[in-house]
Amino acid sequence: MSGFISTDRRQSWGRVTRPTQKVAKPHFPDEVPPLVGEAVRGSTPLLAVGLMRSYGDSNLNPGGAVVDMTALDRIHAFDPRSGVLRADAGLSLDALIRTTLPHRLFPAVVPGTRFVTLGGAVGNDVHGKNHHRSGSFGNHVRKLGLRRSDGSLHELGPDDSTGLFAATIGGLGLTGLVEWVELELTRIDGSSIDGETVPFHSLEEFFALSDESIASHEFTVSWIDCTRVEGTAMRGLFSRGNWSRDPARLPHPAKPKAGIPIEFPSFALNPLSLRLFNDLYFRLGRWRAGRSLTHYAPFFFPLDSIMNWNRLYGRPGMYQYQCVVPPTDSLPVIAELLQTIAASGEGSFLAVLKTFGDRASPGMLSFPREGTTLALDFRNRGTETLALMARLDEIVLAAGGRLYPAKDGRMSARLFQNGYPRLAEFTPHVDPHFSSAFWRRVAP
Amino acid sequence: MKTLRILILGATSAMAEATARLYAVEGAAIALAGRDPTRLATIAADLSARGARATSILARDLAEMEGIEAAFDGVVADLGGIDHVLLFYGVLGDQAEAERDLSEARKILDIDFTSAALWSLAAAKHLEAQGSGALVVVGSVAGDRGRQSNYVYGAAKAGLGVLVQGIAHRFALKRRKSLHAVLVKPGFVDTPMTDGLKKGGALWATPEQVAAIIRKAAAGSGPIVYAPWFWRFILLIIRLVPAPIFHKTRL
Ligand SMILES: Cc1cc2nc3c(=O)[nH]c(=O)nc-3n(C[C@H](O)[C@H](O)[C@H](O)COP(=O)(O)OP(=O)(O)OC[C@H]3O[C@@H](n4cnc5c(N)ncnc54)[C@H](O)[C@@H]3O)c2cc1C
Repeated sequence: MSGFISTDRRQSWGRVTRPTQKVAKPHFPDEVPPLVGEAVRGSTPLLAVGLMRSYGDSNLNPGGAVVDMTALDRIHAFDPRSGVLRADAGLSLDALIRTTLPHRLFPAVVPGTRFVTLGGAVGNDVHGKNHHRSGSFGNHVRKLGLRRSDGSLHELGPDDSTGLFAATIGGLGLTGLVEWVELELTRIDGSSIDGETVPFHSLEEFFALSDESIASHEFTVSWIDCTRVEGTAMRGLFSRGNWSRDPARLPHPAKPKAGIPIEFPSFALNPLSLRLFNDLYFRLGRWRAGRSLTHYAPFFFPLDSIMNWNRLYGRPGMYQYQCVVPPTDSLPVIAELLQTIAASGEGSFLAVLKTFGDRASPGMLSFPREGTTLALDFRNRGTETLALMARLDEIVLAAGGRLYPAKDGRMSARLFQNGYPRLAEFTPHVDPHFSSAFWRRVAP
Repeated sequence: MKTLRILILGATSAMAEATARLYAVEGAAIALAGRDPTRLATIAADLSARGARATSILARDLAEMEGIEAAFDGVVADLGGIDHVLLFYGVLGDQAEAERDLSEARKILDIDFTSAALWSLAAAKHLEAQGSGALVVVGSVAGDRGRQSNYVYGAAKAGLGVLVQGIAHRFALKRRKSLHAVLVKPGFVDTPMTDGLKKGGALWATPEQVAAIIRKAAAGSGPIVYAPWFWRFILLIIRLVPAPIFHKTRL
């Protein structure tokens, strides 16, 4: 059995920091309790992590101990008739889909990458392009096994009256270690998406398309060119789709081969190259616009075919900024955010806009709420980048919005505490021996 | 396609499990042998969910020399015949300890050579009588040249390698296309066995990468397969370095 080894080789997806932490990677469930015990005896703060696809510092525990769950990836039971699967928390959605797709079953909610673990999907209560229909990942969790630092194992489901289930869904790994998850899958006919891309030229048009598509389309998401914004005028591509009724079952995509072998030099990304990229992306999208049948992989996971694309941002890494603002003032608030970004000259390759529906998330700290969400990434240029994001923070704060901890590496305690009104209900459920870099910054 | 019947000796190793998953997806019937019944049951459930047609467990200390043949025949009766026998188990041991304490040396040799050789011979006997099947034994590049840092382990793996080579020769004389034995020699693999070492870099392979090579080797290729292939050349060079120079290194 392997214990904790001190290392600074693990970074989060944004790669901004490289802290030293003690890491253990158990291969069998029976190794977990002794590891938890070891951390408790040494009074070392503990954190379970998955595939490290969170961008900031919510999956880092500098000076503490981290349990890498990815070798605990066994399926306990899968019943193709009921569509229920129970597996170790370290199983990736990639491996899950490989197993369930031949039975025409798919996770009800998937984020923009399939390289996340079940535990990570629970920890951030991830959302997908179908939030307006299906809510968040936690809406489809039937049960989970939570290991606390006192050694106890809790089987929790939506019927749990203690609040521990609701605290664990979206609980950022702070309530303990999720050992396994039981998930309800969704039935599909084939493996293609009947999709459509519609170019738009203003925020008003975006909201109109959004409203119109809620009833007709299960999946919606938009890309916008945040380098050219004037008032509410901007260019974007609205994409929407439904699972195709075509029963053709296409194979799961192979493991990505193409990768970014090296860190790009920092000068490769600059306002000019960003403008060029966005321009090209829009033109290409407009040219391809219209209806088409696409394999689910490029539709849901467009970046997964390029391994380590985060290295494009070079050694300093990047920040991702994702907020959600309430529906009442969505339009002016999003416009103000975009104007502030455009004025800064900084931009993002992939600025994404989507409206969340009103289906309540089960978690106390779940990020999705009704309204509009905007996500962008910024290369890390130090204080300038931080200053820009601080300006965006003020706009989000004034609008009564919130930021997504999965994407955050720097938000203030004030912003976090304002954005999550159920925080006071959550904190009593935090395991006294669990913590993260993120939590130490924002905890009340 | 007909259901393949597989016996995996040392089924809780990371490489073994990754290989078993490849067979599970094909719908094979898989018998898992190893010491820890709880861990084996965990793996068996996972393989069934991934598509294995049937799984069974043989919980025993594989290094226990008594009753190997009977245990092997039991599995064969259970599966109704056998197509592939894959041997994964082994211990790295502690070289320094083995030099101080002969019982540690004996443990390494018993596990990695003697018992493994007996399982291989039991399998060979059965496969030969059946006239078809594959014996796949995982050796190590450590068996290619004795090095001060791990020569007891290396000697055991070298001995096992010669044994499997002999079985491959014996099978070849039968001129049955579907009967063969192969020795797979992995280089650095990121498994719990190597957790004490610094990992990463181009020479390190994942258990999944090695599993794919093992699965292919089981389907029939040369009697010796390096995993990945480039280790053949690395070891060729290591074998060719003259002793006076080699002895100056700390390899
Ligand atoms: C390209 C890309 C696209 C993305 N798109 C989306 C999207 O559309 N929607 C969305 O919601 N997110 C999205 N994300 C973010 C990603 O889905 C989340 O960060 C997800 O939680 C990552 O899972 P992981 O396994 O990598 O977990 P990690 O990042 O390793 O951990 C995430 C959190 O979960 C906790 N955790 C992990 N495993 C366990 C466990 N077993 N027990 C207890 N706690 C645990 C960790 O402590 C941490 O707080 C995207 C990320 C990328 C890189």
